Amino acid sequence: MELKTVATPHVPVRYLEGGSGPDLVFLHGAGGVTAEDPFLAELSRSHHVYAPLIPGYGDSEEAPEIRDMLDFTLHTWDVVAALGLKDPILVGHSMGGMIAAEMAAVQPNDVSRLALICPAGLWDDEHPIADLFSTMPYEMPALLFHDAEAGAAMLTAGRNVTDPGFLQTYLVTNARQLGMAGRILFPIPERGLSQRMYRIKARTVVVWGDSDRLIPPTYAHGFKKGIAGAELVSIPEAGHMVILERPAAVAEAVARLG
Amino acid sequence: MKFTWFNLMPWPYLPDDFREKNRSVWVDIDQKLFDPAKSHEVYNTYMDLLEYAGTLGFDGIGVNEHHQNGYGIMPSPNIIAAGLARRTVDAALVVLGNSIALYNPPVRVAEEFAMLDCISGGRLVAGFPVGTSMDTNYCYGQIPSLTREKYQEAHDLIIKAWTTREPFAFNGRYNKLRHVNIWPRPIQQPHPPIHIPGGGSVETYDFCIDNTYSYSYLSFSGYIRAQALMAGYWKRVEERGAPDKSPYRAGFAQTICVAETDEEAERLYSEHVSYFYNRCLHVYPGFADAPGYRTIKTIQTGALSQYAPPVGGYTQLTWKDLVEGGHVIAGSPETVRQRMEELIKGLHVGNIFCLMHVGNMPADKCMYSTRLFAEKVMPKLRNIFPEYADDTRFWCHPLEKRVAAGSLPTTPARAPIPAE
Repeated sequence: MELKTVATPHVPVRYLEGGSGPDLVFLHGAGGVTAEDPFLAELSRSHHVYAPLIPGYGDSEEAPEIRDMLDFTLHTWDVVAALGLKDPILVGHSMGGMIAAEMAAVQPNDVSRLALICPAGLWDDEHPIADLFSTMPYEMPALLFHDAEAGAAMLTAGRNVTDPGFLQTYLVTNARQLGMAGRILFPIPERGLSQRMYRIKARTVVVWGDSDRLIPPTYAHGFKKGIAGAELVSIPEAGHMVILERPAAVAEAVARLG
Repeated sequence: MKFTWFNLMPWPYLPDDFREKNRSVWVDIDQKLFDPAKSHEVYNTYMDLLEYAGTLGFDGIGVNEHHQNGYGIMPSPNIIAAGLARRTVDAALVVLGNSIALYNPPVRVAEEFAMLDCISGGRLVAGFPVGTSMDTNYCYGQIPSLTREKYQEAHDLIIKAWTTREPFAFNGRYNKLRHVNIWPRPIQQPHPPIHIPGGGSVETYDFCIDNTYSYSYLSFSGYIRAQALMAGYWKRVEERGAPDKSPYRAGFAQTICVAETDEEAERLYSEHVSYFYNRCLHVYPGFADAPGYRTIKTIQTGALSQYAPPVGGYTQLTWKDLVEGGHVIAGSPETVRQRMEELIKGLHVGNIFCLMHVGNMPADKCMYSTRLFAEKVMPKLRNIFPEYADDTRFWCHPLEKRVAAGSLPTTPARAPIPAE
C-alpha cells in the first residue's frame, strides 16, 4: 500500500492505495490504519483499495471544523469524490463502519455495496458498549482481541514501550486520533443512525467476531434488522479486531458483494 | 496579600481499605459509601468552618465544583456560597468556580453569580474553570476535543450578558438564544473579578493575560513542584506584553497545617493528610485525561495531568516526604511563616487559597490550625508586595453600606404607618 494525499474542501487527506480490481473504500476504526495492515493486504489481492485517514490520524492534518456526525459523513463523501470514485464498495470497521452506514443512509443512491465490520452507531441499554476512552493501554488487548496475548504483541509491534519519548508520542497520537474519534464516539458511540438506517439501499454484509468484547455481537442483530436484506457473517475465535485476527475470513465475507 | 480559606469538602468516611476495594474516588465511586443522613452533619460542619474562617480575618472563603467525587461533595458551589452569603459579613465569596461549559445555557452562571453578588453586597470573586476531565468529560459527558471551544463560547456569552444593557440575540455554535437579558445583574461593574484555574496550558495563560483575569494553579502537589509551571506563566506575562507583573495576576492553592510546634503538627495532622493523599486522590488513571481534553501544545510542554499519580503512588510518601517535598506546609507558626514566604516570593503569587481542612480532619483540629494561621502567620505575610498594595483589579469591590442578614424585628410591633 502506498501513502498519498488528496485535496478536499476541508483539508488535504492522506490515504493508502493499492491493489487492483473493483474500487473499494475502506474506513478505519478509532485505532487508525497503517500501510502494513494485513486486512488491507488481503483486500488488495482482488480490489483496488483506497483507505483514507480521518483528519488527525497518522501524519494527516487536523480538521477542527469537522465536529459532528453529519460533518464526518459529508467529509468522507468529499474524499470519495476527490478520489474520483463512483459507487465504490464501501467497507468500514468499527467507527469506520458507523461512518460508512451513515454515508449509505444519507446518499442511498450512491452506494450499492456495503460491508460493515463490527460497526459502532447503535446503543442498547441491556448491552452497554465498553468505554474505550477510559480504557488503559494495558487493558486494551483483552478488550479488543480474542487472543489477548497475541493482540498485545500486535498492538506494541515494533515500538519500544520503555522509551521515555514513547509516552509523550503516545499521548499526542491519542489526543489527535481519539480526540477526533470522540467527536462521534464519546461518551456514547451513537448519533441517531437507528433513525436513518432504513434509508440504506445497498446490498449489505455485516461481519462480526464472535468474541467481540468491545461491541458485543448482539449488536449485529440491530444492523440486520435495520438494513433490508443485510446478510450476517459471524467469525469464530475473533474479537473486535477481527480484521487483524482473521483478515482472510473477513476479506472473503466482503468478497460476497462482488 | 489575599488569603482565601478553602474547603474542598471531602467525604470523611472513606474506609481504611478504600484503595484496595475501589478503583476510583471519582466518577464511578461506590454509591454505598455516601450516607445522606451523615452528610447532614458533614455539610453543616463544613459550612460552619467556612463561616468561622470568615470571622478570623481571612480575605475570602472559597468553594469549588466537582461531580461524583469522594473528596468534593459540592456539585453546586453556588448553593454553599448562597448559605455563606447570608451568614458572613466581610469575607469575599470566592467561587472557584462554575465549570461554565457544563451549564445549559451558560446564562445560568451569569444569573446565579449575579444573585450571589447582589445577596452578598458585591463580595463575589467569580471563577471559570474548564473543569477536570473527570467532571467535564466522564461525569457530564462533554466531548473532550470540543470542550474548550464550548468553554470559550460560554465565557463570551456570560461576559456579554453581564455587560450589555439591552436584550440581545446570541447565535453561538452551542447556544442559540433569541433574547438574552439577565435580570438581575451583578453589583460589581463591569463585572465581578474573574479567576481562572489552570494546569499549565499556554492557551489559558494568554486568556488570563489578555482579559486581566487572575490565573490560579490549584495543585495538590505543593509549591516546590509548582515552580516550573508558575515560572512559565510569568515568562508568558512578560512575552505577551502585559503592563505589569502584579502578583495578583496569579493564585496558588496550598495545603497548610499549623500547630504550636512542628512535632505537634505531625501528631495532630498526619493521619488526615495521609487520608487525603492516599484515599481522596485515588483516581483511576483512565479518567485523568480523556484523549482530546488537553491540547497538543499543552501535552508537548510535558505537563502531565496532576491527577496522574506520581510513580509508585502517594502511599509511599510519609509525613516527612510530604512536608519536605512541599505538598503540605506544616509545623509551628514560625515554620509555616518561613515556608509560606518562600512560596509567595518563589511563585510570585498574591492570592493564596489555603487548604486548611484536610481529608477527614475533625472540626476542632481544623479550627485550631485555622486560628493559629490567622493570628500568628497571616499578619506577618500581609505586606510582602507593598508596591502592589493598590492593585484591586483582581478582588471584589463590595458596597460600602451592606445590610445585615436577619435584621427584621422578631414580631411586628404595630401596623406600619402609612406614608404621609
